[in-house]
Amino acid sequence: MADQRYLILAIAVMALATFATRALPFLLLRGDARQPLVLYLGRYLPPAVMTALVIYSLKDVPFAAAPHGAPQLLAIAVTAGLHLWKRNALLSIGVGTGLFMWMTQSGFLAG
Amino acid sequence: MPPAHPLSAFRATLPVMFGYIPLGIAFGVLFAQLGHPWYMATAMGLAVYAGAAQFMAVGLLAAGAGIWEIGLATLLLNARHMFYGLSMAARFPRGPSRAYLIFGLTDETYSLLAAAGPASPGFYLTVTALNQVYWVLGCTVGAWLGADTALDLRGLDFVLTALFVVLAIEQALTVRDARPVLLAAVCTLLAWALAGAQHMLLVGLALTTISLLVVYRRQWPTNAI
Repeated sequence: MADQRYLILAIAVMALATFATRALPFLLLRGDARQPLVLYLGRYLPPAVMTALVIYSLKDVPFAAAPHGAPQLLAIAVTAGLHLWKRNALLSIGVGTGLFMWMTQSGFLAG
Repeated sequence: MPPAHPLSAFRATLPVMFGYIPLGIAFGVLFAQLGHPWYMATAMGLAVYAGAAQFMAVGLLAAGAGIWEIGLATLLLNARHMFYGLSMAARFPRGPSRAYLIFGLTDETYSLLAAAGPASPGFYLTVTALNQVYWVLGCTVGAWLGADTALDLRGLDFVLTALFVVLAIEQALTVRDARPVLLAAVCTLLAWALAGAQHMLLVGLALTTISLLVVYRRQWPTNAI
């Protein structure tokens, strides 16, 4: 089944990519691993990637029609606010997701 | 060197257990919506073993993203892992367990091992293996539940957005700089407008990396890193 082959290929590529990122410094440390550019990207790329992923995860939200993505934006604000306040990842994710599920399922702020 | 009692390693992993099992279940439930058999979620937890990347993959797989796109997104998303090894290379034991310790170096495992200081090879191995057991268990249970759950799961996909919001805040607080977040937001929105929803991530990440490099040359002094 082509679909299954696609998934297995994706898992293999992801496994290789993930192991590569974890193994690279162990290889690099044989030479000079403290190059400024490498340190710079390792430091500033992660927050940038996470931000890009937040926006990417909203790609199917119909912002043009009512309620113009209000439930998503509200749940993001609650998640971010709660996290800046308590710094508890599971709490922030749980409450934000719970709130969004409730809004979705109850039709709160529905268009 | 502290004693290598297995119980002390288990105790150290308790916070991760309470994090990985529910998060793994959330992943498994989402993964099951793709319509693949449950054991593929187990396989993913065993072979890939990367939380954020696995969540991201559900979205990419659902969208039918290209294999290279998935690979590149995984590389960029996990680029942060490269820096964990820098402080662990001297501490990880030589020998057969070393490759597994490197494979299992997630954010949480790194945090526990870094916090534990110098410890026995057995402690490192037990902590790393227990964490993966929690994760694989969560993925598997979630995929089981997801396959025939009667629960109304509409809206659960927001857990991805919430996870990335939390990770973006954590990373921005770690680097004490909001500029990478602002740059990425502008670049990704620009990519959305220019390239459309399907290629937003690839174009957006490329634009973000290029603009980070431009800013690096112009503004960030290397001694500030």
